[in-house]
Amino acid sequence: MIETRNLSKHYGEFVAVDRISFRVEPGQVLGFLGPNGAGKSTTMKMLAGFLTPSAGSASICGHDVVDSALAAKRLIGYLPEGAPSYGEMSVRGFLEFVADIRGLAGDQRRRRLDDVIGRLSLQDVVQQSIETLSKGFKRRVGLAQAILHDPQVLVLDEPTDGLDPNQKHEVRALIQAMAKEKTIIVSTHILEEVHAVCNRAIIIARGKVLADDTPRALEARSRFHQAVSLSAENAQAARDVLVRIGDVAAVEIDTQDQRVTAFPRPGKAIFGAVVEALKANGIQLREIALEQGRLDEVFRQITTTAKDAA
Amino acid sequence: MSPTRILFRRELASYFATPVAYVFIVIFLLLSGAFTFYMGGFYERGQADLQPFFGFHPWLYLFLIPAVAMRLWAEERKSGSIELLLTLPVTMGQAVLGKFFAAWAFVGIALALTFPIWITVNYLGDPDNGVIFASYLGSLLMAGAFLAVGSCLSAMTRNQVVAFILTVVACFLLLLSGFPMVLDFFRGLGFPQGVIDAISGLSFLTHFNAISKGVLDLRDLFYFGLMIGFWLYATTIVIDLKKAD
Repeated sequence: MIETRNLSKHYGEFVAVDRISFRVEPGQVLGFLGPNGAGKSTTMKMLAGFLTPSAGSASICGHDVVDSALAAKRLIGYLPEGAPSYGEMSVRGFLEFVADIRGLAGDQRRRRLDDVIGRLSLQDVVQQSIETLSKGFKRRVGLAQAILHDPQVLVLDEPTDGLDPNQKHEVRALIQAMAKEKTIIVSTHILEEVHAVCNRAIIIARGKVLADDTPRALEARSRFHQAVSLSAENAQAARDVLVRIGDVAAVEIDTQDQRVTAFPRPGKAIFGAVVEALKANGIQLREIALEQGRLDEVFRQITTTAKDAA
Repeated sequence: MSPTRILFRRELASYFATPVAYVFIVIFLLLSGAFTFYMGGFYERGQADLQPFFGFHPWLYLFLIPAVAMRLWAEERKSGSIELLLTLPVTMGQAVLGKFFAAWAFVGIALALTFPIWITVNYLGDPDNGVIFASYLGSLLMAGAFLAVGSCLSAMTRNQVVAFILTVVACFLLLLSGFPMVLDFFRGLGFPQGVIDAISGLSFLTHFNAISKGVLDLRDLFYFGLMIGFWLYATTIVIDLKKAD
């Protein structure tokens, strides 16, 4: 479990993290979203015990990150931004070093090493020095290091940055596999990732929490939520039909691909009405879809209105 | 195994994983040999002792030790591995000590590899081996003090070159303050003897010379211990202050 209370970090006048409070329980995968410089990494660095909070507090399974720093650090697995490690060491040498520092010994040490090397497919590079590895492998070494001691709490700062689509998929699967019994925080600015792994998302900008909800509920804030988009032979004709439906608030035609989107009035479902109206008026459809809402739009809307307000 | 020892082992191995260790050891041995035989007049003096050998150590260390110390923290900060290191379950003190002892052991290995000269002087004559042993001890302690200064200054920057230059300057001042020329200068200005002694007392040179005469005075040992302790403690403070940027 991770809990923060009014967690803040100031650098002189500059407020990097501004009174952030949240609580993450085992089984939750929290996606930490925000523009660059929003305070995501700073918050994670405080959770991991690297930076000392200027005000407020944070605790890992009840251990305060400042007052009982060592106990907190033992429970946490942390992947720092950019997955730094010791380049001159071999992958095995590095992981053995971390295992020793983490107090793993004997059978358990061997089992855990074999397990993470297998899970992150590092078998072929264990003897290579880390600096000779590709970006994707370096990131996986960083992840292996973070999960080596099978921690209860995982804090992963951009775990899929720099990975190719296949590797991203593998890392997401790894996170999902661990999600059941662990408490996990993942920072990212790849929004599709939130769908793939998170069951909760916090959006922060300028150091403040702006939204804290499930990915679905966030999507529901989008004006695209429950909207119907379609492509028709004659976009203009389709539009003329759709604007006459009572529950349709607005209809837009994308200037690039001529895609027609009908937006519902708040709380209304329009899919059925749209389909019927189009059929009744003999509009030829190529394809039609019910939109779930667009996270990137919600993200932009939330983070830019915050900027305007500031 | 304690975290300090695990860190120590990793650090020491990392010296030998790169050419740094071999370059340092070869240069150290070459220079200390060259100084002893050419500039120190090892043969010409006609005395079976290692005065000319140890006499150059402070000046040799002045440039070689900062080269070892500069990477201690500057490199960790530059590569970002400091974030990994300090989020592992180790205390700041363990991290600072583990790295320092590794650097010290490394310099100790280089120093130990000068043993042929000890054998040589025993072959040529009948030296006072007690004095030589004390000199080796003094040299090692002085190296530790140089390294502790370097550790602290290396924590101040993420640039190894800056760390190197800062350490050379700081160590130069600490050496210089025991130099007769400097002390005479202050004496000429009419400073009382107490002040002159204080300035000289701060110097590596004064204490190293005392030990290398074969006199193991507790005060000299205490001085180096205190120096090392002070600068390492300063290292922990500097890291705490600077790790965020």
